[in-house]
Amino acid sequence: MSDSSEALATHELRHHFENMEQQSGASSMGMWVFLVTEIMFFGGMFMAYLAYRYEYFVAWQEGSQHMDFWIGTVNTAVLICSSLTMVLAVLAIQQGRRRLTSIMLSVTICFAIAFLVLKGIEYHGHWLAHEFPGSSFHFAGIDPRHVEMFFVLYFVMTGFHALHVLIGIGLVSTILYMNQRGHFSTDYHNPVENVGLYWHFVDLVWIYLYPLLYLIGHHHAG
Amino acid sequence: MASATTTITAERENYLNASYGFRSWLLTTDHKRIALLYLISITFFFFIGGFFALLIRLELLTPQGDLVQADTYNKLFSMHGQVMIFFFLIPAVPAVLGNFLVPMMIGAKDLAFPRINLLSWYLFIIGGGLMLYTILVGGVDTGWTFYVPLSTAFLGTHVVLAAVSIFIAGFSSILTGLNFIVTIHRMRAPGMTWGRMPLFLWSNYATAIIQVLGTPVLAISLSLVGLERMFHLGVFNPQLGGDPLLFQHLFWFYSHPAVYIMILPGMGVVSEIIPCFSRKRVFGYEFVALASIGIAVLGFLVWAHHMFVAGMSVYAGMIFSFFSYLVAIPSAIKVFNWTATMYKGKIYYSTPMLYAMGFIGLFTMGGMTGLFLASLGVDVHVTDTYFVVAHFHYIMVGGMVMAYLAGMHFWWPKITGRMYPEAWGKLAAMTIFIGFNLTFFPQFILGWTGMPRRYHAYPPEFQVLNVLSTAGSTVLAVGYLLPMVYFLWALRYGKEAGDNPWGAAGLEWKTASPPPTYNFEETPVVTWEAYNYDELPKEVPVVG
Amino acid sequence: MFPNFPIWPVRAAVSASNLDALFIFLLLVTGTVTIMIFILVTVFALRYRHDLVDKATPILGSTALETTWSLVPFGIFLIFFVWGAVLYFQERTPPRNAMEIYVVAKQWMWKLQHVDGQREINELHVPVDRDVKLIMTSQDVIHSFFVPAFRLKQDVLPGRYTTLWFHAIRPGTYHLFCAEYCGTQHSGMIGSIVVMNPVDYEAWLSGGGGEGSLASTGQKLFQQLGCGSCHRSDTQGRGPNLVGVFGKPVLLEDGRTVTADENYVRESILNPGAKIAAGFKNIMPSFQGVVNEEQLLSLVAYIKSLQGSQPSGLVSNRPAVPNAPAQSKAK
Repeated sequence: MSDSSEALATHELRHHFENMEQQSGASSMGMWVFLVTEIMFFGGMFMAYLAYRYEYFVAWQEGSQHMDFWIGTVNTAVLICSSLTMVLAVLAIQQGRRRLTSIMLSVTICFAIAFLVLKGIEYHGHWLAHEFPGSSFHFAGIDPRHVEMFFVLYFVMTGFHALHVLIGIGLVSTILYMNQRGHFSTDYHNPVENVGLYWHFVDLVWIYLYPLLYLIGHHHAG
Repeated sequence: MASATTTITAERENYLNASYGFRSWLLTTDHKRIALLYLISITFFFFIGGFFALLIRLELLTPQGDLVQADTYNKLFSMHGQVMIFFFLIPAVPAVLGNFLVPMMIGAKDLAFPRINLLSWYLFIIGGGLMLYTILVGGVDTGWTFYVPLSTAFLGTHVVLAAVSIFIAGFSSILTGLNFIVTIHRMRAPGMTWGRMPLFLWSNYATAIIQVLGTPVLAISLSLVGLERMFHLGVFNPQLGGDPLLFQHLFWFYSHPAVYIMILPGMGVVSEIIPCFSRKRVFGYEFVALASIGIAVLGFLVWAHHMFVAGMSVYAGMIFSFFSYLVAIPSAIKVFNWTATMYKGKIYYSTPMLYAMGFIGLFTMGGMTGLFLASLGVDVHVTDTYFVVAHFHYIMVGGMVMAYLAGMHFWWPKITGRMYPEAWGKLAAMTIFIGFNLTFFPQFILGWTGMPRRYHAYPPEFQVLNVLSTAGSTVLAVGYLLPMVYFLWALRYGKEAGDNPWGAAGLEWKTASPPPTYNFEETPVVTWEAYNYDELPKEVPVVG
Repeated sequence: MFPNFPIWPVRAAVSASNLDALFIFLLLVTGTVTIMIFILVTVFALRYRHDLVDKATPILGSTALETTWSLVPFGIFLIFFVWGAVLYFQERTPPRNAMEIYVVAKQWMWKLQHVDGQREINELHVPVDRDVKLIMTSQDVIHSFFVPAFRLKQDVLPGRYTTLWFHAIRPGTYHLFCAEYCGTQHSGMIGSIVVMNPVDYEAWLSGGGGEGSLASTGQKLFQQLGCGSCHRSDTQGRGPNLVGVFGKPVLLEDGRTVTADENYVRESILNPGAKIAAGFKNIMPSFQGVVNEEQLLSLVAYIKSLQGSQPSGLVSNRPAVPNAPAQSKAK
């Protein structure tokens, strides 16, 4: 097992690297640097959110009231579980347990799909309630103009996040496929770790989005 | 150190003749070939942007708007800016010289991610293609700054198309930066410590940090502009509840550091050329290296100096003015260090050195006028006038383009194995220097006396200086055409260069010209400091 | 200097003289440094030309020199910064008794409204030696009000008011430019500032606007739109009493305190739910689409004039109302 695993690893060594260690180190660092760019990308949206919240926080409270608290909370749990299964997948391949890795990756994908489905249901609900910004928007409470702004940011932030979840599904599926074809082993599983990093980042963004969108100013009726 | 010493390129295998055919170029992962792909692409965009500039200057010969219609003129300056910034200046040194030299300078076989490097180029081509398409179907007239609500609610031109093209080009820039950061961290040859790296690497590293941190904010700014325009959302549009200043903050948060993306690599080029043609180590190596990092960091703290009259609070203005003065200090340090390097050197007036000396002068002038702009009271008068236009052209063109040409001449022998004709090189350098100053110095006066920028027509008293400026631009254009001609000539008829015609320090000069595909016969082991000119020949071989 | 070839803009306001002093100082200092660098580079290039020198002298560096040429520029920069900041602060702080003129910018003209009722397009008549404050907004995109002879510029934004004040010192006619790119006719959005000596200005004023003062226009509109039915001048109204409210801090329903400046009044008319006065309900209808920018300005002028014993147009500087938290934010 170890011999063929090492052979596999050597086979994956790209010609411009001196050794596997340099290659793995470089590719992990590459993923970290990429995640920094993603922080900056979402950061711009968070800045817009914070700026408007400061200016119009009554509208922000109002808007947050109209979030679907339960879907949001369930989705948070779903994503956190998907991060858990992703970690387990990485652990599994570190131990060379390919079948377990595939199972964990598959469950991760299932959770991700569940997230997107719930998000779709949520968006649809907002659409029906005339909370989708644009010509169909209608809000009967106070400061509708800025409540619409809240919804613009809601859809933009969760929309870009959902896009990243979708991309993540693609990445995890690719890793799953590669694992099924036997590319990974104890000695070589760096891509699995890197996709795991990406996945945890996507989860982390949601963990910031959830309280900012769903929890601020939210109080249960009665 | 094993290195080939034969100089007849046709016989020895190198990265140019290792394989032939379109596929070997369009699917290459060799950083040197990708550098050449970029060279062709950005040169193409330079001439497109330059053509727009010429039309602008022709229109401005007369006070009336009589050459082109107002809308056309507005498109001309908008697309001149967009093409020059996003499709020429931002990629120029990093994607051409950086791609070619970064692995060689650290003793590596390639960048960390060669396929991502190729992807970078394709993204650049797709973005550039979209920009070309935008130009062909009518162009945009948003200014390169896309201010809202003008660009989201008041223009009927292809704003979203232009925004998408820049978004894609930005992604290309991010990937290049990511590649450089990982490469410099992880792939230095044994013995190549951070303190032994050539300053060109420090500059490109600092640039890469800015690319990685800043460009994503441009991406989200343009995305929001696109969404606002397409779906009539009110993100920034005050009619719909938004804040137009929020756009300006988000936009300038990238676009100010972007100017450091544009200038830092040029400074890196100058830091290589001056030691070589002074035959001595850079004065204050550590200070120059850290100044690059300082510029990158401080450059993120000054963005709202573009907004002193935008309607921000007075106190915000003061904070950004103060930081703008701080960021000038590392640039000043570099200028002083370069000058001090020439002290008691052995100076050769080669073409690269002429450009580098010109850079010092013109960058200093541009930088000094930046001190004017950083002063709140002065900026109130000169912002949005030709004073600003002159300021940034002194840095971008007098600085950056001259540094780029300096680098192209310096490393041309390494890239192609041939020398360019030196007399023509000197002639072009001087033509460009004269043409440049004639074009842009009058614009300082125009701005100070009140001529606003982006004006299609202007009051008659500004005509004399405008005519001078246009005259200068024709000289400048000739100056730029000359290298096009003689570089191409040199490809076929240039003298064989040899490994190290300049007797320069740096790992790239220890291998053949042109280099083999894997750069070095064996991985170098570095045991010497950078710019070890006291150990190298005291003279420049090719001169004398 | 040369009418067809200016190299220095004319100086027509106090702000211009103030700025020119700083500009000349900057020119001298930066000019000296630039010339110094040019000279050094040239001298070194000539003196150390390769055929005059056998071998270059390796010099690693000098921390003392680096420190010096970091700290000395920093010190000089501090002077540039402080001087510029002081000027800026002065330029952004209009004096209390400035006469007010309202400006509405639109693609591609300037509409100027005097409080006495005169309206001008692209031309602004002002008296010399008086503080003048412009209160400006845009009907569409961002413009910028630029008078080179005054060395002053201020962006004019849609959706809010920005101000610019000046004190002209020299009668004459000076360029007014739009300095923020605003579309097709951006370079056509130019005009003049006509500074007149007091006699001429009085003569011009008495030419008069036929409609009466801006505030009286606003009063008519106020009645026409039925504002008075809720905003009564006693405590019985469903809306706050507006007499004397302008310029004072207002306590809001959500606990914040804001100053009732021009932006507050404008916002309250267009989007009343954004800031609800404490003790009142959110029942005021929005007048978005009902009133245009000029009508808004007349309403603002009218509400300003409801100062009780204060002359119209003054920004009140009275202390905060009791129970209001210490600091407010002005928009």
